[in-house]
Amino acid sequence: MNHNQVCLNQIYPIPLDINFTCNNGEIFVIAGPSGSGKTTILRSIAGLYKPAKGKIICKDNVWYDTDSKIDVPVQKRAAGFVFQNYALFPHLTVRENIAVAIIEKDKKKQNIYIDELLDTVHLKGLASRLPHQLSGGQQQRVAVARGLARKPEILLLDEPFSSVDQQTRRYLVRELAQLRDRLQIPIIHVTHDLNEARRIADKLCIINNGVSLQIDTAENVMMKPANAEIARLTGHDNVFIGKVKGHDKDANKTYIYWQDKVLQLNYSPQFQENEGLHWFIPSSQVIPVKTTSSNDNYENILQGKIIEVIQLGEGSILSIALQGSPEPVQMNYSSHHTRENNMAPNSDIQLSLLGSGIHLMKQENK
Amino acid sequence: MDWQAFKLSFSLAFYTCLFLIPTGIFVARIIAWKQFPGRSLFQALLALPLILPPTVLGFYLLTLMGNRSPIGQSYEALVGNSLVFSFEGILIASIVFNIPFAIQPIQRAFESIPQTIREAAWTCGLTNWSTFLKIELPLAWPGILTSFILTFAHTLGEFGVVLMVGGNIEGETRTIAISIYDRVQAFDNNSAALMSASLLIISFVSIAFIYVFNNKIARHYES
Repeated sequence: MNHNQVCLNQIYPIPLDINFTCNNGEIFVIAGPSGSGKTTILRSIAGLYKPAKGKIICKDNVWYDTDSKIDVPVQKRAAGFVFQNYALFPHLTVRENIAVAIIEKDKKKQNIYIDELLDTVHLKGLASRLPHQLSGGQQQRVAVARGLARKPEILLLDEPFSSVDQQTRRYLVRELAQLRDRLQIPIIHVTHDLNEARRIADKLCIINNGVSLQIDTAENVMMKPANAEIARLTGHDNVFIGKVKGHDKDANKTYIYWQDKVLQLNYSPQFQENEGLHWFIPSSQVIPVKTTSSNDNYENILQGKIIEVIQLGEGSILSIALQGSPEPVQMNYSSHHTRENNMAPNSDIQLSLLGSGIHLMKQENK
Repeated sequence: MDWQAFKLSFSLAFYTCLFLIPTGIFVARIIAWKQFPGRSLFQALLALPLILPPTVLGFYLLTLMGNRSPIGQSYEALVGNSLVFSFEGILIASIVFNIPFAIQPIQRAFESIPQTIREAAWTCGLTNWSTFLKIELPLAWPGILTSFILTFAHTLGEFGVVLMVGGNIEGETRTIAISIYDRVQAFDNNSAALMSASLLIISFVSIAFIYVFNNKIARHYES
């Protein structure tokens, strides 16, 4: 198994602190807000940026190592780079754009190879077009074909889907998955779009201010964020402060204090009794409970008042102020049911916080 | 019609471009992309001939290249004749006077090439030299052509600097513009009119070509 590793560390001028490995045939997604250093990481791997400290190994070849003063020039690093705005050469046709990156000098062999690449990215028949005669999705495919033309050992994608429409994006995502299976090289994909990140990532890294906060499967990062900052970056609203009350191993339950209430959740022995912590619950795990129904069937029943209803198509987001709690809880609910049950601002509501959805996070000592 | 003056002006324009365009590409590319201390002052210095009266520039060049200056003396010792009042002298003057006309369009052309295009070329494996030949030059060439035409046409019409440095020596320094002045002084208005009309037509055609061509290029990339 080849070893691919990226380890970057600097404080100035752009803070960077990230260390990850990526297997061949794996899509590693780096997601974070704009200006969080995502592109700088890609540029460092390609050799376009030289961080103060770092080590980059691709297929066992050391490309960059500040300790042993190794710095392979950008031209010698076999990295396929797809730039955010594609950076196609505007004066060259699709065929010529791809040919620039091909080492093979024999014209005949070169043309056969280009046809293969165009076939791979579903662009047959467009070889003689100029970039400005192509749609956004087509330009993106040319950029991918050009990135692959050198037979790269790593593929770097900088927000490749940012300027194409939703439908094209779905196609391209599917093609990317096919490409990953065929190429068997590491693919590093940078995006600020968490939904996109979630859909395509084999491994997901959440980054903020150049610092990688959590590297895990997309599922784990989204549902079990390591701390409150990640929970907020991944778009979760229901992040609160609490304290462990105690554990009941036999019942497989843990109890926490929150404000003046006690909540029960799945047994989480890694937290000590009386330990302060952050906890969060996905808004899909907050459900309304009819006041007439027997409360015995539900966990963590709370009373509250609806303060805001935001209807977004089929789903609505409800903000609910709970009795004795300064922070509102967000709840997702279908717009249809929201209307049917007269859930309007200022009306009373009874909620259940599903214990299986409550996730505890260590409090960071910063 | 002073054909000799015509020929002289054209060869002056040709040699001016021959020197200035390659040098201009080199210098403009550096100014466009490199940050160095004194960059703004350097640019101001290069643009100075745009606003300086030709007589002022001519006066300093005359002083600098004259027979009593180190440059003038060395030149005379090496070549055998004086630098001022010679074709070589007005060539140097013409080159200095045309620096902004040659550099600025090329600089704008290089500046309009996005940095990511060059980076894309490097990640494709192109060396700096190949990137220059295959990517930068083809993208900058409308600017280079503009710069060539501007410099050429501007040299044809040059008067003040050439007169200061070169005087009015037939076959050596008498350019078309000086010949026109000379003919007017001699009350030969017919010759002056003919030569003026020729210069007017050449200048208009050159400038018109630049505008038509650049608009066409702009439309090409927009469509």
